[in-house]
Amino acid sequence: MTGSAASDGLAIETSGLTKRFGSYTAVDSIDLRVPRGSVFGFLGPNGSGKTTTIRMLLGLAAASSGAATVLGGAMPTDLHRVLPRVGALVEGPGFYPFLSGYSNLDRLDTADRYAPSSTRRRRVQSALERVGLSHASGKKVRAYSLGMKQRLGIANALLTPRELLILDEPTNGLDPQGTREVRNLVRSLAAEGTTIFVSSHLLAEIEQICTHAAVMSAGRLVAQGTLAELRGVGRPHVLLRTPDRDAAAGVLARLGMGVDASDAAGGSDRGVLVAALSDAAPDRVVAALVAAGVRVEGFAVERQSLEERFVALTGEGFDVAQ
Amino acid sequence: MSPSEAIDGQGAVRSRPTIGLALLGSELSVLFRRRRTWAMLLALAAVPVLIAVAVRLSSSGPTPGRGPAFLDQITQNGLFVSAVGLIVSIPLFLPLTIGVVAGDTIAGEANVSTLRYLLVAPAGRVRLLVVKYLATAAFCLAATLAVTIAGALIGVALFPVAPVTLLSGDTIGVADSVIRSLLIAAYITVSLLGLSAIGVFISTMTDVPVGAMATTIVLSVVSQILDSLPQLDWLHPWLFSHYWLGFADLLRQPISWDSFGQNAVLQGGYFVVFAALAYGRFSTKDILS
Repeated sequence: MTGSAASDGLAIETSGLTKRFGSYTAVDSIDLRVPRGSVFGFLGPNGSGKTTTIRMLLGLAAASSGAATVLGGAMPTDLHRVLPRVGALVEGPGFYPFLSGYSNLDRLDTADRYAPSSTRRRRVQSALERVGLSHASGKKVRAYSLGMKQRLGIANALLTPRELLILDEPTNGLDPQGTREVRNLVRSLAAEGTTIFVSSHLLAEIEQICTHAAVMSAGRLVAQGTLAELRGVGRPHVLLRTPDRDAAAGVLARLGMGVDASDAAGGSDRGVLVAALSDAAPDRVVAALVAAGVRVEGFAVERQSLEERFVALTGEGFDVAQ
Repeated sequence: MSPSEAIDGQGAVRSRPTIGLALLGSELSVLFRRRRTWAMLLALAAVPVLIAVAVRLSSSGPTPGRGPAFLDQITQNGLFVSAVGLIVSIPLFLPLTIGVVAGDTIAGEANVSTLRYLLVAPAGRVRLLVVKYLATAAFCLAATLAVTIAGALIGVALFPVAPVTLLSGDTIGVADSVIRSLLIAAYITVSLLGLSAIGVFISTMTDVPVGAMATTIVLSVVSQILDSLPQLDWLHPWLFSHYWLGFADLLRQPISWDSFGQNAVLQGGYFVVFAALAYGRFSTKDILS
């Protein structure tokens, strides 16, 4: 790592980054902050603007407004200086079907003016080795399976040493075994100090490897931070089952715990109260309730899992964000 | 997944960029390793071969004044087969193959999603356009030479070889006539450079290579149709196909370079205009393919 740029320690920084297609806003004024050395999960359902954001970060598409800085260089102005240090997999692999895996990588490597031809053969071979494709390097890409093409796409991102890897849905089309290999690869690259920006619509796939994450929903950035921070934002809740609803609400309010009045919170069960847990310890809450004469039939503290938080932020089901 | 030997070996990155000839080499090798390219070159080479075989097999021989220019000459002199093959190929076959190659340049990359990876490498948009245009120009030369060389070989094989009588009445030897053949090939290659620039420009406008190819080919036909309408006399000198068949001046002694020059200036004009348009279009285009 040269570490010359970005004294503020950010690999990617955007401010008010926006992309409009006609009247449709695909990316709506997002402020991303990706620390150097992090493994940054970029989450969101299909159509939430993740790939469009990545296209702008890589200078493939121009922002309608706002700015993006990658490895200390403004995009797309400093593209020629920045991109040789960035490896990318964008919206699925792209290769010439009539060329072999090896020839495809060789071809893409010639496009990088900083990639020396003297080491090209060795670098292509070791990139193929790294993703487990050595045995298929001479085969035409036409004959590759989706998973093999995906691996070749990742190999392309590893042709030269990179400071930043941008991987858009890297586990697409991979079987569980391949998914695990990609996770291991990301871990080993991160251990070498490479910043990794990985997008996914499946939280479970990347939750285990990320140090940081951001969540997109319908073009907006709805959450961002370390994984611990994101989990923390979903404060623990207490679920209280009691017939004395009003009295209980009064006690909880005195303890500084806002009662969630919406039906959704307690479901259709009018006997259950949901409230955000304040600084008060759960045992003191119960003691206060009992002291006030509230009949406590059930009491539980629930902490939202990251997945629940993700679903709460982005909605559930197959509705593609519009 | 062994540790980092893949990427932190010696000499893995250059500190200064090269001028990027490697990409041109790669482009040419991809173009000329494609089966499609060889199929087109073979089809072009078949044109003079078919003509020569047909003339050889017919008992009466061609009647002077009918068929393409020089057709009646080839029974006496095999060296004319190349010229006849080129004259037959110019209106459709050559523009057809150039249209396929030029139309495929950018749209073809977009279609197989390699365009975004070339640009992220980063190839540089202007450099990619330049490389694509140079490769198309190289194909123009290869296409013209395919007809010329196939014609010369089949001509020598099937017909007598004799000194060539030029349009000016002078006679030149076999060696000199080979040079004239190559000059004609050069003339036709230059003739196709304007069309190549148009094709590359159209290719920047779409992600569908077939659309760009068809449009380029249709434009070459339209240009030739307009060139044949006497009512549009004023327009003719501006049509990129206007000088396509005007290489007769190269068959005089001494050679008259006028038409070569006029043709080159016209093609250069088309190149400048369409290169500028392609640059304007491609340098700021959102790559969403």
